Amino acid sequence: MSVLEIKDLHVSVETDQGTKQILRGVNLTINEGEIHAIMGPNGSGKSTLAYTIAGHPKYHVESGSILLDGAEVLKMTVDARARAGLFLAMQYPVEIPGVTVTNFLRTAKTAIEGEAPPIRTWIKDVRQSMTNLRMDKTFAERNVNEGFSGGEKKRNEILQLELLKPKFAVLDETDSGLDVDALKIVSEGVNRAKANTGLGLLLITHYTRILRYIHPDFVHVFVNGRIAEQGGSELADRLEDEGYDRFLVPSNVG
Amino acid sequence: MSAASALSKSASKTVPEPSTPATSASTLPVGQHGIKEHSDGRFGYVPVQTRSDRFKSVNVADFQAVTGREAVWKHSPVAKFTDLTAGDLDGSRYLIELTPSAAISVEWVPRTDARIGTAGLPEERAAANAWGVFDDALAITVSGEEAKEITVTRSALGNTARGAHTIIEAKPFSQATVILANTGDARLSENVEIILGESANLTVVSLQEWDDSAVHLANHFASIGRDARLKHVVVSLGGSIVRVNPSVRLAGPGSDTLLLGLYFADAGQHLEQQVYVFHDAPKSRSRVNYKGALQGQDARTVWIGDVLIGNKAAGTDSYEQNRNLVLSEGTRADSIPNLEIETGDIVGAGHASATGRFDDEQLFYLQSRGITEKEARRLVVRGFLTEVVQQIGSPELEARLQLAIEAELIGTDDK
Ligand SMILES: Nc1ncnc2c1ncn2[C@@H]1O[C@H](COP(=O)(O)OP(=O)(O)OP(=O)(O)O)[C@@H](O)[C@H]1O
Ligand SMILES: [Mg+2]
Repeated sequence: MSVLEIKDLHVSVETDQGTKQILRGVNLTINEGEIHAIMGPNGSGKSTLAYTIAGHPKYHVESGSILLDGAEVLKMTVDARARAGLFLAMQYPVEIPGVTVTNFLRTAKTAIEGEAPPIRTWIKDVRQSMTNLRMDKTFAERNVNEGFSGGEKKRNEILQLELLKPKFAVLDETDSGLDVDALKIVSEGVNRAKANTGLGLLLITHYTRILRYIHPDFVHVFVNGRIAEQGGSELADRLEDEGYDRFLVPSNVG
Repeated sequence: MSAASALSKSASKTVPEPSTPATSASTLPVGQHGIKEHSDGRFGYVPVQTRSDRFKSVNVADFQAVTGREAVWKHSPVAKFTDLTAGDLDGSRYLIELTPSAAISVEWVPRTDARIGTAGLPEERAAANAWGVFDDALAITVSGEEAKEITVTRSALGNTARGAHTIIEAKPFSQATVILANTGDARLSENVEIILGESANLTVVSLQEWDDSAVHLANHFASIGRDARLKHVVVSLGGSIVRVNPSVRLAGPGSDTLLLGLYFADAGQHLEQQVYVFHDAPKSRSRVNYKGALQGQDARTVWIGDVLIGNKAAGTDSYEQNRNLVLSEGTRADSIPNLEIETGDIVGAGHASATGRFDDEQLFYLQSRGITEKEARRLVVRGFLTEVVQQIGSPELEARLQLAIEAELIGTDDK
């Protein structure tokens, strides 16, 4: 059974005003097949955690470790992390001009599997996943994310999740900017991926509405660079009613 | 794209094109349109020199020795090819290879051929030097309405300083793709005249895959007749110094041109293109799209795009753009668009120019999907250049260019 362990993670970024501390000791263990939701106010460091797991060069790890089945993820290049089984659905996916979705997906799949996927089944898989996500066939020949609407970009992220079959996926606000229908479609995609591969999920969100479709096993409240409280799905409901105020009080005083 | 979107619009004074070359040194080709040059007052007002006013001559002696300060030379390493601007050139025939095609004749014609000088005349010394020496011109004449393609390859020019002249004529209503492929070594200055008769549809591709040592200075002069369409493509990948400057005159009403360029400069390479589009007839249309990548120490590219919408060119539509992708430190890309409009009645005129570094976020996105950094870079560069390749319209050539770009990318990985 796979496990992703984040241990006492401290992360900073360089800003014009100097080094800024963002993550201040994050501890989190995700087992295969588990769904963890992370909720927290703007600027609390949720995306920083997501990007640090994926290895974005902007974020500087000061201390701590991230282990995937015991192997130190922090020592791996960005692409090696993906090949090891990590996936990040980004909050703001970037456009890649001149690279079609088809070409991109095939290149990524080949990189992750270490060999080109058998052409027939691959084309079938891509079509099926696109149909499931209600993505028009024409997207296949469009350039990655170029001119995609916010919702289309998110679907494209989940398309990759389904096709690349990671062991662990971090979804950074995949729900924001989606209307109800799209939210359902995307959630179904995530649930399908989980049912097919048994992946572990770290779901970053501001709202409980996605949790109606994707049921978390654990909910973590993220405040000021660390996990302030954790519980079951009932915690999410409480957050929806009460907001983050009671967590914010201490950090706001200083 | 409306007239209002034009980024620079100068109501320059129109001066008729000089029919005979001036000989006085004071009218030598300096200055550039768009830059308003005024006298110091003693001689009163000096009109802006429009691009069409540039001094022209077929006689090399009419041009002063090249200093590198001239508008046409100031971006080029002129000291490295004084043999072409000031030396004696070999104007004899050279070896060509070709894939024969019905309804396209390829032959050597004498200097007295009536077509010579009809599409344009030299505006600088290297071009005039070549014009003076060629024994025979290579004439590629296209007739017949059916689509066809021909490739004329030069691969054995060697390192003798040469001057050459080529005529490509598309008869009225004819259609073809003419590919001029260049490989091997060369020290060449040449003029290429492209003449499109009424309603002709011609694609000309000049493909520079020279050896690392080659120096190639080319001026292409095109004249496009009524309702005719020229697609002109400059692909510069190989060579030490490659300067291919297309000048296109939209001479007939309804004439249309698409000027494409693709270049990839490695360490030490100088790749230059000075594009000039002259709208000289009503309802003419032009699109210019040049894209380049630079990688390695002293990789250098120059793109100058002059568009002149003359006073006869009512109802024209033009847009030019140049984009450069900088892949490493130590490179330099110059990108200079100029737009000059002499008529108030235009459908659209605009330009865009951008030189950007490799986008780290794109790289991160691709890598986060398991793709190695090297492969991710290739994908992005290929993607960037593909837009131009896909517009060429010759599947075989497109495939070949994709491979050539691939080879460039692999080549740069090794450095
Ligand atoms: N490059 C940077 N320069 C300056 N500050 C940064 C930089 N990157 C992140 N930050 C800051 O770090 C903090 C955490 O940002 P992060 O994006 O991780 O928050 P978040 O919890 O994902 O917020 P949101 O809910 O708005 O997405 C914010 O205050 C942000 O402004
Ligand atoms: Mg965020």
